[in-house]
Amino acid sequence: MVSAPFSGITVLERAGFIAGPYCAKLLGDLGARVVKIEPPGAGDPARGFGPFPGDVPDRDQSGLFLFLGTNKRSITLDPARPAGRELFYRLVATADVLVEDSCPGTAEPFGLDYPTLRQVNPGLVYVSITPYGQDGPRSQWKAHHINTFHVAGEGYTMPGGIGYSMFPDRAPITAGAHVGEYDAGLAAASATVAALFAREIWGHGQHVDVSKQEATMAVNRLTLGLYHGVGQLNNRSRNYEYGGIYACKDGYVNVYPREDHQWRALVEVMGRPELAEQERFLTRGDRIEHGDEANQVIREWTAALTKDEIYHRLASNSCPASPFATSEDLFESPQLEARGFFTDVEHPKAGTLRYPSQPYQFSSCPRPADRPAPLLGQHNEEILCGELELSPEELTGLRRGGVI
Amino acid sequence: MGDGVNGARPALAGVRILDFSSLLAGPISPLFLGMLGAEVIKVESRVRLEGMRRPPYAYDDPEQSPVYNSLNLNKLCVQLNLKEPAALELALRLVSVSDAVVENMRPGVMDRMGLGYDRLRQANPTIVMISGSSAGRHGPESSYPGYANVFNSLSGLGHLTGYPDAPPSELRDSIDARVGATSAFAVLTGLFHRRRTGEGGFIDLSASEALAMFGGEALMEYAMNGRVQHRRGNREPGMAPHGCYRCQGDDTWVTIAVENDTEWRALCRAVGREDWASDPRFADRLLRCRNQDALDEFLEGWTAKHTPEEAVRILQDAGVAAAPSMSSQDLAEDPHLRYRGVWQEIEHPVLGAQTVQAAPWKLSETPPTIRSAGPLIGQHNHHVFVELLGAPPEDVARWQEAGVIN
Repeated sequence: MVSAPFSGITVLERAGFIAGPYCAKLLGDLGARVVKIEPPGAGDPARGFGPFPGDVPDRDQSGLFLFLGTNKRSITLDPARPAGRELFYRLVATADVLVEDSCPGTAEPFGLDYPTLRQVNPGLVYVSITPYGQDGPRSQWKAHHINTFHVAGEGYTMPGGIGYSMFPDRAPITAGAHVGEYDAGLAAASATVAALFAREIWGHGQHVDVSKQEATMAVNRLTLGLYHGVGQLNNRSRNYEYGGIYACKDGYVNVYPREDHQWRALVEVMGRPELAEQERFLTRGDRIEHGDEANQVIREWTAALTKDEIYHRLASNSCPASPFATSEDLFESPQLEARGFFTDVEHPKAGTLRYPSQPYQFSSCPRPADRPAPLLGQHNEEILCGELELSPEELTGLRRGGVI
Repeated sequence: MGDGVNGARPALAGVRILDFSSLLAGPISPLFLGMLGAEVIKVESRVRLEGMRRPPYAYDDPEQSPVYNSLNLNKLCVQLNLKEPAALELALRLVSVSDAVVENMRPGVMDRMGLGYDRLRQANPTIVMISGSSAGRHGPESSYPGYANVFNSLSGLGHLTGYPDAPPSELRDSIDARVGATSAFAVLTGLFHRRRTGEGGFIDLSASEALAMFGGEALMEYAMNGRVQHRRGNREPGMAPHGCYRCQGDDTWVTIAVENDTEWRALCRAVGREDWASDPRFADRLLRCRNQDALDEFLEGWTAKHTPEEAVRILQDAGVAAAPSMSSQDLAEDPHLRYRGVWQEIEHPVLGAQTVQAAPWKLSETPPTIRSAGPLIGQHNHHVFVELLGAPPEDVARWQEAGVIN
């Protein structure tokens, strides 16, 4: 009974940086066999991104690449060259999924587009991830994360609250850590599984078109819905009522005592139960009206305590509160420890490091053991000779010709 | 294009989802599955209204919530007051004819109501159940209350977002929806596994972990170098210029990202300032990053004289990545999104014609569809209880009187 959800599924990844590779990682971490096809030479740009151990650049040890590359094998292959294309077709013929991120229209001249590959393998799920989708007036625009994040509606409204009141003349910001790239990878992974499910029913593959803009817009559905539904147009000056971000002894915390019972819990923990009885703080409406005073009361209390003290005292009494956790806080979190969120992965060059694993736990299948991110072209021989049955001489020839 | 035409071949043909979730993080997952063709039955009650049917999201009455509509398109709705034993019985009968169950109550609440996974599995041994919660079902903090801002900060994303010299910033409702998007992937995975093996199972989803995944590179930095990454506004290591710049007009902005020297020189030519290209402060990537404040000031001097549209056109023509920072209104009026079929019209029985957002992906052979508006409360009581479960109409009437269906 213990088979991983995607065991027996082969995913070819011809994509770089975050979105495409994250899509394939999500499938690979749940048992898919992922073959990453990298450009000969430099490989995936994520290999050059870092962070690097001791800040020494090494394309096999980029932290971003190590994270996104788990459970993948790497071959170097240039499918735009005839010899490379033939090998690529042979890989496609037995694959279930191809994840690719080429600019719309650029795959066709090389015979790497969906209509061509469908001839090679009618069951193929061909997943395209691009900044603006396969068609439309913006489909050819060049974009990086900052660009696609800001065409999705949320960037324009950030930062709200304190950041805006401190610096009202500054520009809107971008969410940290390339969030929009992950939005696109996650959306593409869902669409891929849907297409695999459909193949079980209908027997054919298809072309999945994911736009990064639309993937991040999808998570702004509430904000966009409020505009269409009631004309609410958010910008950075949006009013945040009372509650929110407060400085404390060792950083920042969230405290959100919206409901009456939460406010009562807060002031009791503070040792000032009388604040629940005062007219200015009686109901949520009263507290909003006296928002500055409510904030002042909370701010004075948080200033003398640590993130953890505030978090546990309030949250264990049902008052919503949380620390603004740094990476260090996450690694030291007893909750994440109890859940086994971090997992040790041993890599031939980077050694054993603790990696974030998965946010979901499936009762039907324990998490498979992790294979570390591949070195560049690490599996050329294993896949090209072992699986496509090339001779060692042919491999050498391809290497010399710059095809692999 | 995803033009709302009824796909003859839905991806999730024959799949039925039972939806006990509310607000945003929960319902968006079955919403996505419904767009893929699954039949979604949402269980609600007037005893405790779904959060999106209450103010500030609903005005006047629970049927007048545009965002409830947007988050519950294609769904059927039945009423069940789950505190009533007969309602619980009906819920379990629905489980027995469903493929998956989605819920996002606090850990333990479904168990106490008699709808925990063990009970559901008795009703349907192959059911896939997902429980989404703030920190997961187990662990010392599993009972703590959670909202979007809590997941945002616990996940580390909050700390990484904002001006470097200001407190962390909040991502708001997108945070909940990212949890929902993760849930959709997990349920699809569970359904695919079930389709191939006949096995159901329980999925325990932690909202803060779902978001922590988005910060993987910062976690790796700590794992390898013991170093905590800090928020950096609009900047990106190794790229300059890289920012959001003021344009001509009221609160209008353009984002620009330059990756290499070729693009930098193209930018200088395009804005008519080839002298920047020969300025020794900006000679290469490293120097541009080091002198980014001066660089940004120069560039903003140019962008401020142009509308975002003009600036973007000039830069894109030169091969430089640029885009406007778009508000909700900009997106509503955007020709590209119109071409892509992102905005669709659906008639709601109370609200009238509503503009709603299409699915975030296009599938060429099994196009996602928006087939019906968000349901009225109990709109499908008869359809589901009588036609699907085969209950006699008299029983349904009696249950309604007794407050079981309420």
